[in-house]
Formats: sequence, C-alpha cells, structure tokens
Amino acid sequence: MDKSINKPFLLAGVLIVLVALPFLANAAGYPALTSLATRALIYGIAAASLNLVLGYGGMVSFGHAAFFGLGGYVVGILYQHYTQDDMLLGLIPGTNQLLVTLPATLLVSGLAAALIGALSLRTGGVQFIMITLAFAQMLFFLFVSLKTYGGDDGLIIRRANELPGLNMRDKQTIYYVYLAIAAIFFFLLWRIVNSRFGNVLVGLRQNERRMAALGLPAYRYKLAAFVISGMGAGLAGCLMANFLRFASPDMVHWTKSGELMVMVVLGGVGTLFGPLIGAAAYTILEAVLASWTEYWQLGLGFILLFVVLYTHGGIQALFARIGGRRP
Amino acid sequence: MSLFLEQLLNGLQFGVMLFLLAAGLTLIFGIMGVINLAHGSIYMIGAYAGAYVAAQTGSFFLGVPAALVAAALVGAAMEFLVVRRLYKRDHLDQVLATFALILIFNQVVTLLFGRQPLFVSMPSLLDGAVELLPGLTYPIYRLAIILVGLLVALGLYLLINRTRIGMLVRAGSTNREMVRALGVNVGMLYTIVFGLGALLAGLAGVMAGPILAVQVGMGEQILITTFVVVVIGGVGSIRGAFVASLLLGVVDTMLRAYLPSMLRHVMIGSDADALGAGISSMGIYLLMAVVLLIRPKGLFAPNS
Repeated sequence: MDKSINKPFLLAGVLIVLVALPFLANAAGYPALTSLATRALIYGIAAASLNLVLGYGGMVSFGHAAFFGLGGYVVGILYQHYTQDDMLLGLIPGTNQLLVTLPATLLVSGLAAALIGALSLRTGGVQFIMITLAFAQMLFFLFVSLKTYGGDDGLIIRRANELPGLNMRDKQTIYYVYLAIAAIFFFLLWRIVNSRFGNVLVGLRQNERRMAALGLPAYRYKLAAFVISGMGAGLAGCLMANFLRFASPDMVHWTKSGELMVMVVLGGVGTLFGPLIGAAAYTILEAVLASWTEYWQLGLGFILLFVVLYTHGGIQALFARIGGRRP
Repeated sequence: MSLFLEQLLNGLQFGVMLFLLAAGLTLIFGIMGVINLAHGSIYMIGAYAGAYVAAQTGSFFLGVPAALVAAALVGAAMEFLVVRRLYKRDHLDQVLATFALILIFNQVVTLLFGRQPLFVSMPSLLDGAVELLPGLTYPIYRLAIILVGLLVALGLYLLINRTRIGMLVRAGSTNREMVRALGVNVGMLYTIVFGLGALLAGLAGVMAGPILAVQVGMGEQILITTFVVVVIGGVGSIRGAFVASLLLGVVDTMLRAYLPSMLRHVMIGSDADALGAGISSMGIYLLMAVVLLIRPKGLFAPNS
C-alpha cells in the first residue's frame, strides 16, 4: 500500500540518521536541532493520527487540536494535583509518572473522540468540518474558563513526567524516549493501515454506498478510526506538554487544528510517513521563517497556498515527480 | 423586565450581525460548494477600511461605502485568483487554501495598521439612546444595526424569491449540475454570489466598528460562531441562516447575561463568573449538538 515501506533500506537509513541526530547536532554546533527534531516527532505523531481519518478515511476533521490539547491538559492537571497533594474531583490522585499519565491520556482523549465522533459522524462533508471545528472551540472555551487550572495562562509543569531509571530532565534522553514511542506508534499505524480495517476505511472514502452494500457498518468503522485518531493526537499532546513543560489553551486553539492539517497536506495526504515529513518541514519552515521576520505567517500562507493549488500530493509527490515517477 | 428586554435587543443585534455573515457563507456553500474560511477576513477588511476612512475623513458615513467597496474588491480578487480554482477540488483543499488566505490577510493587515486595535467613534447622528418603553432606554446605534439587518434580510428574501438571479440561485443550490446543463452562465452567477456575500460581510464589519475593537483576529472569532449558525440552520438555506442567527444571538446573549448570576446562588462570586462565562461560551455549541442529534442536516436543510 505504501511505497516507502517497500524500501526497507531507506527506512533503516532514516532511522539511523534519527538515532544519530543528537550527536550530529552537537558535532555541527547546533544543539538546538535536537529540540527541533523532538517537536517534529511529536507533531509527526499528531499529524499521522489526523491523517488516519483525513487521508485514509476521507473525514476532514478540523478539530484535532481538541485531542492534542486534552492530552496536554491530562498531564498538566495530574501534575498540579500531584504537587498540591490532593485529589481530582476528590477521587483521582495526581501523578508525575509518565507510565500513568500516558495511559490516562489515551483513555481521556479516546473517550472524548468517541463522544465528539459519535455526534459529528452523524453528518458528513462540509458539516463535519464545521462541527469538529466547533467542538474543539467549545473545549477551548472550557479550558479558558477553568481558573483552577490556569485559565487563559495555562498550566506550568515544573518538571517533566518521570520514567523509572531515566533522567527525563535531559533533552537528549527525552528525544530518545520520544523516538522510541514514535517508532512504536508508526509501527502500529502501519499495521492498522494495512489491515482489513485499514482497507475498509479506504473503501469507505472511495465509495461509502458500495461498502454499505457489502454489508459493512460504515458508521462504526468511521467511529473506530476517529477514536484511534483522537488517541494518537492525545498521545502527541501528552508528549508535547512534557516536552514544553506547559499546557495552555493555545494547544486547543483552532489554528492548531489548522496547523496539523497543513502538516498532513505538506507531507502528502493518505501516506504513512507523509505527515512525519510534513511535520518536519513545517517545524523547520517555522523556525527558519520566524528567525527572518516576525511576520513569518505571511510566508507560510503563500507557501501553503502554492502547495494546495499547484502540487498535487505534497512534498512526497513533489519528490516522486522530480524523480520521474508518478506518485 | 426592562433589563430582560434590553438583553433581548442585544441578542437581536448580535443575531443580525451573524446573519449578515451567515447569509453569504451559506449561499457561497450552497451555490458553489466551497467552504470559505476567509469569509471572516472580508469582515475584518470591511471593518478596517471603514475605520480608516472614518478616521481620515471624520465621517462614519463615508466609511460605510469605503468598507463596502473594499470588501467587494477583495472578495472579487479572492474569487478570481484563488477560489475559482477550488470549485472542483475537495473540501480539504478548500479549507487549506482559505486557511492560507486567513494567514495572509491577517499578516498584511498587521503590516498596514499595526497590532493596536482601532477604535471608531460613534457617528453623532446615531449617538445617544431613545426611550422605547417607560424605563427602557436603548442606544440608537444598536437599533440602527437591527434595522439594517432586518432590511437586508427582507432585501435578500425579495432578491431570491422575486428576481431572475434569485431563481438561478435557488436552482443552483438545489442542483448545480442541472443549472449548468441548461446553459446558464455559471461563472457569472458564481461571481455575483461571491460578491454579494463579500458585500454583506463588509457591511457587518463596518457596522461592528463603533461597538467592537477593530483588530486582527476579529474575523475568525465571529466566523466560527457563523459556522455554528450555518450548521444549525442547514447548509445552503438563507431562511435557516436567518432563524438560526437570531436564535443563537439571543441564546448566547441571554446565557452571558444571566448564567453567572444564577451560578452565584450555588458558588462563590469569582468562580461563578469564570465558570458562567465558560459555560455561556460553550452554550451555542451545546445547542448545535442537540440540534444535530434531532436533525443531522440542520433545521432548514434545502435537500431534505
């Protein structure tokens, strides 16, 4: 299904570069590159999750920041209760262990995705876009109004969640932990995409009526994909909050949903690693443009417009076309 | 009682503003099948053009035509340069291209006018308040907004139900392909509809000037609320947009006005205010969720 998987050598090469990246960055005198790569990995996970519904399933969700932000807030809220040594709603103790916050994130974002998905998937097309956007915005206003958890200003997480035996205050350690998580994530995603479930999903995008005629419950398949996708975005949010040691309503803002979509489209819709490439491209682009001018979004806007109007299939397709092959 | 009526009028005023935006958005989607995120940017451009001309000339009423012209010109340029290429694309491309337009417009406006919000002084002709009922005084300017909004709604109704262009618009929103097959100049129709939508958005923008701060980002804020209106009313239906706008305007205003004080009966003041503000911001989205549960295509969906 995905061509890059047929190229194990390329994949192994990329993995080796990623593993060696912190050393290369230090050797080249750009230690900040490791942080940049960490951000790219996190956004790569979020964008690839979005791509599962958007690219494979054809459901244009404009509200994935909701799950991304929820992931961040799970970490932040549990950490606040841990430091204050009290109970969330008088029931749940706080924690600073990644092995607890990570499953908690998956649970919360999965439940939220089930709820939002169940409602939004009753419609389709343009309504679906607007509704997912509206639900994310609703969550945004909720977090802004929660004064206990920082309101507008967000939550500062003084120390990143701990993993037994590792020093999570070291940027390089964090990078390797995240790289391992990303590797597991993309392996699972690869399995999902190439499973029967993945094929049904693609079938639903191409012709929902035909799939229904084959006796497949379209709604349930779409909802399942939406939940998995929401959990992936939540995972990314959890990692981002730990990396930045900060969770704020900005993570839920609708522009974040837009950014995730931009990453997917930059890299290539409906490809396994396209979103990761797109996330890397976006992060680098943002860093480079922002170092030139504070009006960097102007440049981003024009680049995005060009990509949407003139490249069919993002960076991957562009490379493929330059290489003389059809995407 | 007079406070309640005042809030009701505030709700109506917010509602007609929403309608001016929602009518354009729903028409553009209904006729051309394009989801236009940059509709809010045209609202912003109308507001800035109106504010700038009003500040330069000292007359708000010179700002109004300036805003309309600016909005229509930018709208036409947008249709010609970008949106025209999107008619045959899928919704994803439309969302992203118009998202890119938002980024571009926001940055250009920031470059031209800076980050400080502009304030527009109230035109002296419409300054002050009138006593509608004993004990109920209401600002003339807001009444004027309601009046203009209702007149526009009436005008749109007549345009769509009584004229030849309106007939094509109705036909186009029912079956686009058939209209094209019957030999109607669809490109012309598209440009007219897009221009009309831009004009209405610009009108809303310039009218918002004296009561809101004119700033970058004002477009997106109201755009998302407008989406909720369009979804509740049913995509493509002007009547639905009208009903849903007024409904949402009133519900939103009422929640903001009364919820915090109601919550104050059960919790401490500052918490009640914060939570009340939060829940009232969420109110319209909850309303949308309820409507979707009952009628997934909205209240007045044209094809149902």
